[in-house]
Amino acid sequence: MDHIDADVLIIGAGGAGLRAAIAAAEADPSLTIALVSKVLPMRSHTVAAEGGSAGVIQAHDSLENHFNDTVHGGDWLCEQDVVEFFVERCTPELIQLEHWGCPWSRKPDGQINVRAFGGMKIERTWFAADRSGFHILHTLFQTSTKYPSIKRFDEYFCIDLLIDDGRAQGATVFSPSTGEFTAITARAVILATGGAGRVFRQNTNGGIVTGDGMALAYRHGVPLRDMEFMQYHPTCMPGTGILFTEACRGEGGHLLNKDGYRFLQDYGLGPVTAEPRNKTMELGPRDRLSQAIWQEERKGRTMTTPAGESYVHLDLRHLGAAKLKERLPLICDLAEEFMGIDPATAPIPVRPAVHYTMGGIEVDIRTATTLAGLYAAGECSSVGIHGANRLGSNSLGELTVFGHVAGDEAVKFAKGAPAAQGGKLLDQAKASAAKVLGLRDQKGGGERHAVLRKEMATTMEKGCGIYREASEMQKTCDKLAELKRRYRDITLEDRSSVWNTDWICAVELGYQLDVAEAVAYSALMRRESRGAHQRIDGFEKRDDVNFLAHSLANYRDGAAPEISYGPVKITKSQPGERAYGALGEALEAKEASHA
Amino acid sequence: MPEAATAVKTVELKILRYRPASDERPAFGSFKVPYTEDMSVLEALQTIKDTLDGTLSFRWSCRMAVCGSCGMMINGKPQLACNTLLRNLPPGPVTIEPLNNFPIERDLVVSVGDFVKKIESIYPYIIPKEPKTVAEGPYLQTPAQLAAYESFSDCINCMLCYAACPQFGENPNFIGPGAMALLQRYNGDSRDGGQQKRLDTIHGEDGVWSCTAVGYCSEVCPKQVDPANAVNQNKTNSAFDFFLRFLRPGGAR
Ligand SMILES: Cc1cc2nc3c(=O)[nH]c(=O)nc-3n(C[C@H](O)[C@H](O)[C@H](O)COP(=O)(O)OP(=O)(O)OC[C@H]3O[C@@H](n4cnc5c(N)ncnc54)[C@H](O)[C@@H]3O)c2cc1C
Ligand code: SF4
Ligand code: FES
Repeated sequence: MDHIDADVLIIGAGGAGLRAAIAAAEADPSLTIALVSKVLPMRSHTVAAEGGSAGVIQAHDSLENHFNDTVHGGDWLCEQDVVEFFVERCTPELIQLEHWGCPWSRKPDGQINVRAFGGMKIERTWFAADRSGFHILHTLFQTSTKYPSIKRFDEYFCIDLLIDDGRAQGATVFSPSTGEFTAITARAVILATGGAGRVFRQNTNGGIVTGDGMALAYRHGVPLRDMEFMQYHPTCMPGTGILFTEACRGEGGHLLNKDGYRFLQDYGLGPVTAEPRNKTMELGPRDRLSQAIWQEERKGRTMTTPAGESYVHLDLRHLGAAKLKERLPLICDLAEEFMGIDPATAPIPVRPAVHYTMGGIEVDIRTATTLAGLYAAGECSSVGIHGANRLGSNSLGELTVFGHVAGDEAVKFAKGAPAAQGGKLLDQAKASAAKVLGLRDQKGGGERHAVLRKEMATTMEKGCGIYREASEMQKTCDKLAELKRRYRDITLEDRSSVWNTDWICAVELGYQLDVAEAVAYSALMRRESRGAHQRIDGFEKRDDVNFLAHSLANYRDGAAPEISYGPVKITKSQPGERAYGALGEALEAKEASHA
Repeated sequence: MPEAATAVKTVELKILRYRPASDERPAFGSFKVPYTEDMSVLEALQTIKDTLDGTLSFRWSCRMAVCGSCGMMINGKPQLACNTLLRNLPPGPVTIEPLNNFPIERDLVVSVGDFVKKIESIYPYIIPKEPKTVAEGPYLQTPAQLAAYESFSDCINCMLCYAACPQFGENPNFIGPGAMALLQRYNGDSRDGGQQKRLDTIHGEDGVWSCTAVGYCSEVCPKQVDPANAVNQNKTNSAFDFFLRFLRPGGAR
């Protein structure tokens, strides 16, 4: 086995990993930074983000507004000190991206343009047409090539962390292209491996979004926090789950049921106004909109595709062809290429699909996990800004703000830590390699990972969907336990070593099953409704007495996870009623008159 | 609805297979999968992998034509598998091969390292004309200035244009259309001052002059980047630049 030693090891080269790498390289150019990604960096799923990234820039907006929108949107399950830190740093990070070349859309005078987004009081979402994540990712990747201290390991797949002396000291990786394993030792490690949306059936995530880093940390005793909060995005393509960005509604799109009626007004999101109004109707938050679509389906007011998926209409026709082409070109292409629809002349069928993993690896405001030397940033982490429901355009900001912090902190830690010692760590690396080789070569009992994956995704959707009840969640937990047993009996068709994607998929499924279990048990144990976790079995209300708390899933080998709870940091916003539309405005006015 | 019940038709895919450990040379394998109206070539490949032959290897991720992973030859033309719908292909078997002009590593997986090096070689980042700190705020850039390079910034690095390029086929060292589009993306950016440095990388025989203006690269590009236009602009720039150097005292290097 090869052995490479670095100072800082970063696993994941999406938005968070690349930002961390650049920060680390700038913090101390003399350190070696190893940047590992299982795909070429620009294939990372940040590439798919469409709508944009939030940062206060208009004179009539304020950091306080962004703070309040985020904390209310998260149904008060946010770490308020972290949110405060976050909103302050969003705009400087967006400016930094601008300096690095990100082609932000502009106003006629050359200033940055911003658009409205769901749950945001004032327009503050910076955008690059509807390819914002794509441009952020390519800008970061291309910029990262100017730092000689960043050594990339493109298309290297991480199979385990190396831990000794109570510290994370590296990882074992292998190259699908050669089938060779490498131990990368380091004095500090950052996980930036992205979300886990593909544990659900219909989702907006790419095939690579399999929760790898979450599972790796979790298996080594780092808790996964708030995993029950999985975000459903209301407007996705029925069948594939491909996303139609919230910017469609930010630009003025309408949601219609089968009668052509803007049904959101029936769910406390009205009034209907001619011009789009922030935090009202289609500009309400994602959890509320997805729930409303589910309710419409129950009332028989949705439509159904030939394949049996129910849907409502996203109507963009009134925006006109010119605006659609300027602001939403990708959306037009997707509708045209995949559905044969021109959004300027016909409404687009949409339905909710799983989109974002609000929870993740528990980290503090410095992105440090509970394991010394291990940091996490981006969607794989839970730093505390999303609470029970993430606001659209807060996640791209998270990548740059906390990617930056992680890079700085890892450098600081690395400089104070002794160099990694080969011996014991290399033995660990050999043992992890032997384990995954065992999975590849075992005779097994004839189980196929593709079958297990399908069953996992189906049971997650059934038990942990938009609305939840104990009996179904329990069934999901039991099913996952069964799938984990059957996983041990996997037989691979492919035993070769070059580009054995059969094998990689099987390893990823192992990660997914662990993460899915953390989601299902955290959901089952939360006996209240909050944000994206909505129950219909007697726990329909938020319960601040018992559940204004972060869930923590702790891994137990061969057993169900143990779920415990940790405190939520409240600084200046006391939990109140979370309301949108007219009621939201009335509450806000009341609050302002008290202040 | 169970999938089998709706599947009235099947579609045949003829896929060029190559497994380095066992195959002496690439050879076609044939698969039949249930056909549905909304099925992409990628979904057909996934169905094969999940139900018929788990050893078939190909790259994919986003499924929405933006990550650039899934380029392959579909009926002889470089295309993305995820946004090529079966219903838009002529009836009859669909032929799938790895991207032309790249070494095959396995099945539909080709080597990408060399392409990444080309991208890295052209200084693909802003070299500021007038450096500015974050505290000083964003640069101004009018919509017209943005439009000057915007289409070149839409490249998803899918390498389809390389598979379409006869020149790259003959000379793998040719910098090629995608990297040239990226060069033009930065050279056309009002914030950038690195034009000369980048032009220096493309003068030689592996640079811009290798292009024989076939234009097929722009035709196959899934993102209307028009890399042929980038190459042409740089021929003009490159010629102009050479000319100036000879005029400048001691200019020729
Ligand atoms: C369709 C879509 C649209 C979105 N739109 C928006 C938006 O408009 N605004 C917004 O704020 N947010 C948006 N989001 C959310 C946001 O894009 C993501 O949360 C964010 O991009 C995640 O970035 P990341 O860097 O954490 O992870 P990713 O970009 O997913 O990167 C993960 C990295 O980890 C690597 N990796 C993973 N596992 C391994 C392993 N085992 N070994 C080696 N490497 C590994 C991968 O190769 C990759 O490089 C959107 C999300 C989706 C899916
Ligand atoms: S220029 Fe077009 S075809 Fe070439 S790599 Fe870029 S997106 Fe692909
Ligand atoms: S899968 Fe991403 S471009 Fe086709």
